[in-house]
Amino acid sequence: MNRRENLKLLFTGTLASGFLLTNCAPEDKKLEYTPRIEGGTVGGRTEEEKLIDQKLLSETFLNEDERKKLDVLVDIIIPADADSPSATEVGVVDFIEFMMKDYPAYQTPMRGGLMWLDHHSEDNYGKVFMALSKSEKMEIIDQIAWPDKAKQDMEGGVKFFNMLRNLASTGYFTTEAGFKYLGYIGNTPNIWDGVPAEVMKKHGFELPEKYLDTYLKPEERGELAQWDEEANIIRSNS
Amino acid sequence: MSIEIKSSSEPYDVIIVGSGAGGGMASKILSEAGLAVAVIEAGGDFDPAKDEDRTQLRYPWESPRRGNGTRIRPFGDFDAAIGGWDIEGEPYTRGKDTSFDWFRSRMVGGRTNHWGRISLRFGPNDFKRASIDGLGHDWPIGYDDLKPYYDKVDKLIGVFGSKEGIFNEPDGFFLPPPKPRLHELFMMKGAKKASIPVIPSRLSVLTKPINNDRGVCFFCRQCNRACQAYADFSSGTCLVHPAMKKGKVDLYTNSMVRKVTTDDSGKANGVSFISKMDMKEYKLKARVVVLGASACESARIMLNSKSKSHPDGIGNSSGMVGRYLHDSTGADRMGILPDLIDRERYNEDGVGGMHVYTPWWLDNKKLDFARGYHIEYWGGMGMPSYGVGFSMDTMRKFIKDEFGNPSPNGGYGEGLKKDIRRIQGSTLGMSGRGESIPMYSNYCEIDPNVVDKYGIPVLKFHYQWTDHEIKQAKHMHDTFEEILTNAGAVLMGEKPGPETKYGLATPGRIIHEVGTTRMGNNPATSVLNSNCQAHDCDNLFVVDAGPFVSQADKNPTWTILALSWRTSDFIVSELKKKNI
Repeated sequence: MNRRENLKLLFTGTLASGFLLTNCAPEDKKLEYTPRIEGGTVGGRTEEEKLIDQKLLSETFLNEDERKKLDVLVDIIIPADADSPSATEVGVVDFIEFMMKDYPAYQTPMRGGLMWLDHHSEDNYGKVFMALSKSEKMEIIDQIAWPDKAKQDMEGGVKFFNMLRNLASTGYFTTEAGFKYLGYIGNTPNIWDGVPAEVMKKHGFELPEKYLDTYLKPEERGELAQWDEEANIIRSNS
Repeated sequence: MSIEIKSSSEPYDVIIVGSGAGGGMASKILSEAGLAVAVIEAGGDFDPAKDEDRTQLRYPWESPRRGNGTRIRPFGDFDAAIGGWDIEGEPYTRGKDTSFDWFRSRMVGGRTNHWGRISLRFGPNDFKRASIDGLGHDWPIGYDDLKPYYDKVDKLIGVFGSKEGIFNEPDGFFLPPPKPRLHELFMMKGAKKASIPVIPSRLSVLTKPINNDRGVCFFCRQCNRACQAYADFSSGTCLVHPAMKKGKVDLYTNSMVRKVTTDDSGKANGVSFISKMDMKEYKLKARVVVLGASACESARIMLNSKSKSHPDGIGNSSGMVGRYLHDSTGADRMGILPDLIDRERYNEDGVGGMHVYTPWWLDNKKLDFARGYHIEYWGGMGMPSYGVGFSMDTMRKFIKDEFGNPSPNGGYGEGLKKDIRRIQGSTLGMSGRGESIPMYSNYCEIDPNVVDKYGIPVLKFHYQWTDHEIKQAKHMHDTFEEILTNAGAVLMGEKPGPETKYGLATPGRIIHEVGTTRMGNNPATSVLNSNCQAHDCDNLFVVDAGPFVSQADKNPTWTILALSWRTSDFIVSELKKKNI
């Protein structure tokens, strides 16, 4: 089903109702599912917006050392598991690179936080963070990853790691792999006919009796609306 | 035909400044009466059905910022509205101790590309507030004057809802409303325990077709991204473009109006505008000028339109242009519903907004503030975007394992990853939107010291909330806590106190600003008469929210549309009678 046919059907009432109950076959999907970083935002952009995106994309904020550190950190935050990839596998560091430029308030806390990690490693182990063993790295992470348990003098590190957790998580869960992991179902033409019956039952809900005849019925979506003189909508099956 | 630049000697019948709700409706009604109309829009043309303009059904990964807001689109990278609170080269200023934020959309359809499609009629009391509580002023018209126009707007544009018979929440010609979402059922349960009504919402979204030109809603929850099927209302898709197809309507885009021009007798004879394409000034002539540039922008144009006959600005012999500026009040609260952690997945996008709402339900005579508010509900399983997975440093503790032990805040690794999945769709909240008291002392004026990049003097805002709004916000928060707690939610964040005016939003932030060119029977205390015609210039009209004497606890768009239709009918009739 291409977009034009899709649209044509959306515009024509009755046909649309039938079509919308079925989904497109997977091979018809035309969207690009890999994260788009290089091209800027798609859709309805003004010239001003295109220029802003191009400028941000042409600049580099993170240096090579910072990126290497972030590769390690974001995969600690969001590792791979049996059926989903890790943060680095879906380009989370590229996303962080972009956000540093799009939202410059991130820049100093990020750069300074990554530096602080080295200072803290030097002070405790005599080595920079990347030179630490896996278990040494995790000892440091455990000092800053748990806000309610962290020591007071780790407050700066906790704040830094909170920012990193936010960015790594949001960068991960806004990819196709992240959507799949979350189980989000939507962003596609469909017909809303209320909460599924089994879910209603599980939570002990019933629709209010008063509105049962008022709510939209999927089968009437295609009929041109008409009202009687008292402003009641005329229902085909009432 | 969309015209970028034209220097025309051929006069139009009517020039309309602005293509939002008011200007759009005027363009339709006036052109259908056979008049030659020019619509002048400060931004570009826009049609969401064109794929190059489409942001609907995009995924966050189609944006390098994953849908996060920008200066130009503060409500998200895929929001349809182009402009924002802070437009490059178009500043505004504020008086001492004033915070006022001004949201503008520079595009065909204006701010109707952004709004929540909440389409509420003002009720009989909303036109007569001074008679009820002695504050502010009554409108010179009443509900009965507007009712026939509300009816026509309902049928022309479409709005879903339920007939309720609530006196001050008049019913209309409704399309069937959608069934509530799961979190909305929890809200209904919580509100019921507190004896607070929750009824199907009233949104201008087509759940059934109303004509052959527009499609029906396919439930993507993205009205704010503009609908490619035209299944929601925006002025460009439902009014301006159809008017251009059928009638004599020329659309001038990227054209920033500087002033209304006048002849020696003081009658309006056209407008002067700057084209953003070549930064040159152009003039157009017309028999009638209609301002629909938004309450504040229309006031700015009038104040900048000085001449011998109108030394203080056209329509401003009363000195009232810019006065009585008022926005809706706003406050919000959020919670997390343990019952919704680990919830079942299904498509719960629904329409582009809430499926239920609470109309104002109390009697102010028994309260310590003057006017009411309605409650909007939000939450549930929307599409994840920038921000998903945030705040696990404070929110993770709400997630419990099988033995009832809470997860530790923060953390990392597979456990964190799972908890982010478990918490999806379990937060919910509500927003109060209420009526404020119109004050002479709240106003916008021309700042003589600052011009925008087109050389046009800018607005300076002066605004203070009164005790009524502050107490109302306090009441909102008490109500929010009661409903959320009754619904089984755990409250998040702190309840705001007097030091933050109980979380009352900054004036302008609710984007319902009205009142700057108010109507009235007395030319000494109002700008327009009851037909939205300037008291001191009879071929100048205002069709945005400037004419509102008071902003009810309703969203203003439906009333702008009804009022603009009524004003347009009056213009046609006056032209026929050769009165103008």
